[in-house]
Amino acid sequence: MSGPSTYNPKSGLEKWIDSRLPLPRLMHDTISTFPTPRNLNIWYTFGGILTFCLAVQIVTGIVLAMHYVASANLAFNSVEAIMRDVNYGWLIRYVHANGASMFFLAVYIHMFRGLYYGSYKAPRELIWIIGVLIYLLLMATAFFGYVLPWGQMSFWGATVITNMFSAVPVVGQAIATWLWGDFAVGDATLNRFFSLHYLLPFIIAGVVGLHIWALHVPGNNNPLGIDVKSPQDTVPFHPYYTVKDAFYLVCFVILFAGFVFFEPDFFGNPDNYQPANPLVTPPEIVPEWYLLPFYAMLRSIPDKLLGVIVMAGAIVTLVFIPWLDTSRVRSCRFRPLMKQFFWAFAVVCVILGYCGAQSVEATAFGVPLVWVARIATLYYFAYFWLIMPIIGLIETPKKLPPSIAQSVLGDSAVTSAE
Amino acid sequence: MRLTKLSRNLAIALGLGLLASTAAMAAEGATARHHVKEVEFEFEGPFGTYDRGALQRGYQVYKEVCAACHSLSYIAFRNLADKGGPEFSEAQARALAAAVKVQAEPNDKGETTDDAGAPLTRPAVLADKLPSPFPNDNAARANNGGALPPDLSLIAKARMDGPHYVYSLLTGYDEKAPGSFHVPDGKYYNPYFEGWAIGMPKPLSNNGVTYSDGTKATIEQQAHDVVTFLSWTAEPKMEDRKRMGFGVLIFLLALAGILFAAYRRVWKDAH
Repeated sequence: MSGPSTYNPKSGLEKWIDSRLPLPRLMHDTISTFPTPRNLNIWYTFGGILTFCLAVQIVTGIVLAMHYVASANLAFNSVEAIMRDVNYGWLIRYVHANGASMFFLAVYIHMFRGLYYGSYKAPRELIWIIGVLIYLLLMATAFFGYVLPWGQMSFWGATVITNMFSAVPVVGQAIATWLWGDFAVGDATLNRFFSLHYLLPFIIAGVVGLHIWALHVPGNNNPLGIDVKSPQDTVPFHPYYTVKDAFYLVCFVILFAGFVFFEPDFFGNPDNYQPANPLVTPPEIVPEWYLLPFYAMLRSIPDKLLGVIVMAGAIVTLVFIPWLDTSRVRSCRFRPLMKQFFWAFAVVCVILGYCGAQSVEATAFGVPLVWVARIATLYYFAYFWLIMPIIGLIETPKKLPPSIAQSVLGDSAVTSAE
Repeated sequence: MRLTKLSRNLAIALGLGLLASTAAMAAEGATARHHVKEVEFEFEGPFGTYDRGALQRGYQVYKEVCAACHSLSYIAFRNLADKGGPEFSEAQARALAAAVKVQAEPNDKGETTDDAGAPLTRPAVLADKLPSPFPNDNAARANNGGALPPDLSLIAKARMDGPHYVYSLLTGYDEKAPGSFHVPDGKYYNPYFEGWAIGMPKPLSNNGVTYSDGTKATIEQQAHDVVTFLSWTAEPKMEDRKRMGFGVLIFLLALAGILFAAYRRVWKDAH
C-alpha cells in the first residue's frame, strides 16, 4: 500500500489490536478505502472472480482428498465411490472438475484484459510477471489434477506430457524416469502428482498475495490507461467495487452452476470414464481445452525437441511483454493499429485451440490443420516479438483524455473540483 | 494507413479461416462409424428424469441378456431401491438380490470351494455388488473370442453421446454390410461400432424378454429400456443434481437481482 495510512481506530479494542498486529489497518487500507479508478469496467472484475475460483478449488479439493485414494489400483474406484456413495460427493467433484475450467476461463479473460489495456506496462511490470508465474503454476496444478482420476485420458495425457521432457538431449530419458519415479507412468507417478496437486494451490495462494501486494503499490490500471491524477479520479474500493465485483461474481457463478448442475461433463472427455489401461492407447489423446493452443503448437512442429522449445517459448515470451511493447500509450482504446492486431491475436489463439482439439491429419477445406496451426504459431510469436515493438514505434495514438474524472463525469467534474 | 488495411484483412482472413475450420468436418475414414440414431430419452434436457418403468424393465434386460457377458461392478443391489433410480421397494430389491448367487465367504473350515471344486455361493443381499459373469478379464476374453466385454456401469458416460451410441449399437445389427467390407470370422457387422466389426453377437431379439408390466418387448423397446437403465448406472444422482440445480439457479438469480439493485444505487452519483 502506497501513501500514508488513513486508518483511525474507533474503539479501545481496535487501538489495542492495531498497536500489536496492524491487521485491521491492513484491511482498512487495502480493501475499505483503497482508492480505485472510477472507470473500471466489467473486465476488471475477474481478479476478484479468480480469487473466488482459487478458494472454491482449495475447499472442494480438501474435501475430495478426504475420500480419494492415490493408488493406481484404487484411484478410479475411489472417484466413483465419491460420485456414488459419499454424501453430495457428486456435487463436490463436479464443482472441482468444472471449477478448473471456470478458473481458466476467468484467467484467460483476465490476461487478455491486461494485454488490451496495457496493464503490464510501467510501473506494473512485476504484477504482470507474477501473474505469468501464477498462470504457469495453475497449468501445472491443473495437469496434476487431471491425472488423479486415473482414467484413460489421465494416464495417456500424463504419458504424453512427461514424455516431452525426454526430448531434452542426452539426459532427457533420465529426466523422464526421474519424474515418473519408475520406467513408465505408474503408481509412483500418481502418488507424487497427488502430493504436488495438494501442495501447489497453497503456493499459488501465496503468489496471489504477492500479485495483489504488487498491485496495491501503483493501484489499478484502467480502461483509459492513464494515471490517476487527483482524488476525483478514484472512488474507495468499498462499497463501489465490492458491490460491483459481487454482482459480476454472482453472474459468473450462475454460468458455473449451469455447467455443474446441467452439463457437468461438458468440458470432460468420455475416455476418462474408462479406467487407465497402459495396454490400450486411445485413438486421440487430447488435453483439457485450456491447454489446447499450446498442444497445437507442439504438434505442428515435426521435430520433438523444437516443438517442446516452441511450446515453452510461447509461455516464456509472456514474461518479456512489458519490454516488448514500445508504445507510450497503455490502452488499446487509443491505439487504432494495435487494437486490430490484438483482436487478430485473440482469434489466432482460438484457432490454435481448435487445431489442438482435432486429429493430426484433420483438414479444413482441403487445408491441413497442421499448416493452419503452423501459421497461427508464427503469428503468436510475431505478435509479441515483431508487431508489439514495431507498432509501438510507428503508430500515432489517439489523443488521451486529460483525466479519468473528466472522461467519466464530463466537464462538470472538473469545474466542481476547482 | 496501409498497415491498418493489412491488419484488417488479416483479421478477416483469420476469422474466415476459423469459420471454415469449424464448419468443415475432418475427412472420414472408410469404416468410420455411422452417426448415432436420433432417438429421445426421458432423462435428457434440464427437466428430464428417468422413466421408472424403463429403469425397472432395463434392469430386467441387463440381468437376462447383458449380464451373461458384461459386469456392472459399481452397482450394488441396494442401489436398485435408491431414490432417483429404479426405485424398487426394499422388499423387491431384496428378492432381486436373493435370486442371484454370489461368491460366498470362506466357510467355517476355511474352504472357498465345495468338494467338487466349485466355488461356494450364497444368495446375494442388498449390500452385495452385482456379480461379474467372469472371474477375471482373461476368462472373459477366452469366452468371447478374444474380445473383452466392457463393464457397463459407466458406459453411457464413457462413450461420446453415450446413450444414443449404445442405443444405436444395440439396434444396429440388421443393416447389411457393403459388399466391399469383409466381416472377419467371429465378428459381426455393426456400422455404429468403430471399425464396423464387433465381437458381440446381436444381443436383443423381439420378445427376447417377457415384461411383467405388459410392455411389448420389441428390440427398440428393450434397447430404450436398457439404455435408460445404463444411463442411471452411469449417473445415479442425476435427478438430485438437476433438482438442486434449479434451487441454486433461482437463489443465484435472486441474489444477482439484489446485488444489481445495490450496485446501481451505490454508483448512482459516481458516474
